[in-house]
Amino acid sequence: MHAPKDSDSAFALQGVTCTFDGVRALDAASVAFTRGRTSVLIGSSGSGKSTLLRLLIGLEWPVSGNVLCDGEPLRRDALPEVRRRVGYVIQEGGLFPHLTVLGNLALLPRHLGWNASHVLERARELAALAHLHEGLLSRFPAELSGGQRQRVALMRALMLDPPTLLLDEPLGALDPLVRHGLQDELREIFARLGKTVIMVTHDMAEAAFFSDHLILMRRGRIIQDGRLEDFQRTPADDFVREFLAAHRNLPGGGA
Amino acid sequence: MRFWLALLFACLPLAALAQSESAAIVHASNTQVAVGSKNFTESVVLGEIARLAARENGVEVQHRQALGGTRILWRALEHGDIDAYPEYTGTLTHELLHGVPPNAGIDVLRARLKPLGIGITDPLGFNNTYAIGMRAKEAEKLHIRSISDLAQHPDLKLAFSNEFMNRADGWPGLKAAYHLPMTARGMDHDLAYRALAAGAVDAIDLYGTDAEIAYYHLRVLKDDKHYFPRYDAVYLYRLDLDQRAPRFVAALNNLAGSIDAGQMRAMNKAVKLDGKDASVVAAAFLGVDAGNNTSGDFWPRLARYTLEHLALVGISLSLAILIAVPLGILAARRRRLGQLVLGLTGILQTVPSLALFVFMIPLFGIGAEPAIAALFLYSLLPIVRNTHAGLTGIEPSLLESAAALGLPPRVRLLRVELPLALRSILAGIKIAAVINVGTATLGALIGAGGYGQPILTGIRLDDIGLIMEGAVPAALLALAMQGVFEIIERALTPRGLRLRAKA
Repeated sequence: MHAPKDSDSAFALQGVTCTFDGVRALDAASVAFTRGRTSVLIGSSGSGKSTLLRLLIGLEWPVSGNVLCDGEPLRRDALPEVRRRVGYVIQEGGLFPHLTVLGNLALLPRHLGWNASHVLERARELAALAHLHEGLLSRFPAELSGGQRQRVALMRALMLDPPTLLLDEPLGALDPLVRHGLQDELREIFARLGKTVIMVTHDMAEAAFFSDHLILMRRGRIIQDGRLEDFQRTPADDFVREFLAAHRNLPGGGA
Repeated sequence: MRFWLALLFACLPLAALAQSESAAIVHASNTQVAVGSKNFTESVVLGEIARLAARENGVEVQHRQALGGTRILWRALEHGDIDAYPEYTGTLTHELLHGVPPNAGIDVLRARLKPLGIGITDPLGFNNTYAIGMRAKEAEKLHIRSISDLAQHPDLKLAFSNEFMNRADGWPGLKAAYHLPMTARGMDHDLAYRALAAGAVDAIDLYGTDAEIAYYHLRVLKDDKHYFPRYDAVYLYRLDLDQRAPRFVAALNNLAGSIDAGQMRAMNKAVKLDGKDASVVAAAFLGVDAGNNTSGDFWPRLARYTLEHLALVGISLSLAILIAVPLGILAARRRRLGQLVLGLTGILQTVPSLALFVFMIPLFGIGAEPAIAALFLYSLLPIVRNTHAGLTGIEPSLLESAAALGLPPRVRLLRVELPLALRSILAGIKIAAVINVGTATLGALIGAGGYGQPILTGIRLDDIGLIMEGAVPAALLALAMQGVFEIIERALTPRGLRLRAKA
């Protein structure tokens, strides 16, 4: 089973409800994310999957329930420290337009007292990992392609070598060709680094490509949490069945 | 880091200028004794006569010329910014002192002023009462000889000096006393003559010693109901001068009874219509040397006005930046408080500038300080508003990315938010600077100097050239400010943002 004890997991939610202007974005959600593996939150837009991700690093705050980080309830005063142990990448990259690539990468490390050569060394290392040409380090985000920007966003998230990566539709804004190339690269990087990865996507094929731990969401509720085979063999309800049916070319001989 | 240094350097010249200039201002206002004058020719001439007479008595007195209207001079005298100024008995009985019978004698006035710490000389020798004047030809045609006759012609257009419009012994009382049916509009006294000559208005208020009466061929209407009180010219002075500068008090008292209406009218004409320097005319009257108080050559004079003007703008703007940027940040952080701050600074902006300048006098006296305070208040809104707009306009995903990195709020503000809002903030500072350059010309009304000085004197003397001497540099300075701030903006905007703007 894929339900580890909450204390063993990197992150866990216990009956978390989160509302925006009275609307429940997340409704009594409980889930745990195992260390060292890739989990994928999947659902259509508005299902609450991004909200769930944002709750983990305190970008949203629950009205009830607990968010656990390494088995401990998340505290507001510990947020900067928690966030530094997490790399967070969003759809458009979230790169600061007034800083160069290197400036973006250096922002947090410099604040933490790294010297310039240490930052540069780490940036070069990550450029090699993310297949970004070193010459691009001095460019501004506006001078990069969409794919390059997402590589930089991933590099920025990895600067402090955090144990966990949170990715919110990291490839969502890219055209299909670039996207497929990057999917391969990302999966390889995750495998090599052995990080806890929690990724949000609305694409079932992408979800299946990255992981066999899937969490399917709809209207703020977790509908099914398990492996792809479980989804296919015993779908929790018609919604799961329909969702799978909409993505026929899944590995493992779906549908 | 780099552009915070750059911003600092950009501010340094302003700060340096501010420091040197404020030192100069403090130095200037330390001069021991000062005489003031209102912003019309006769008052300025009488101020010069007082200064030169004092000098003959061995007292160096500073003359703060053409400061403004009665209220400003009276307050400045009470406040000690000036120690003496020429006034008229009618103004004292009707405007400044309450419960004094009209045409009260000088002894009654002296007794009333004493508890206020103010002394009064005997009358100087001429009665400069109000009168109503018309073009002689027009008056002849309509058979108007007295003010009573005006009531028969309700369609005549009347324009009165703003002071006359509002004071108890001015238009409201006159209208009631003579049952005049028409309404009047307010107009600067010096401009009113030209409007009258050009036929734009039919009757204006005059002073009995105005030089223009003969020049423009005007008829002075007979005050057949003896409405206007006596306006005997006197000097008011602070009684503490009896200790501080007794010889100055003696000089003022010596002038009593020495100037008749004909002499005063001639001096007014010499300054206003013949373009002579008030100092030269006053010296000729006293039979002394004019000394070196003349306004000097063009270039040094322009340089002085420019420095004074830059000091007003530079100091007020620097202070405004120091206060308004943090206020803008606060406003962006706390929504409720932000609306309050924006609302308050917005209200400040709606206070008419002249009024704001005058409001500052009780707090700061006269001179550069109240002008700087007023300009400071005016500069707040554009900077607060643009700082607020710049910060709240940042894409939420960028703010979130900064937070998600684990940067503390202070670092986020300095490294991410302020740099992203910098363009907007600089644009606000630029707007404030350009507005300031224009508004600062009003500072001359309360003795702050700058380009407003020649403009004010030019209006008083009806001298377009002199007006241009202030108006043209003020316009050029505003343009230069615009240019300088555009260069600063260009230099400080990170290249990455310019790229984005292009894309």
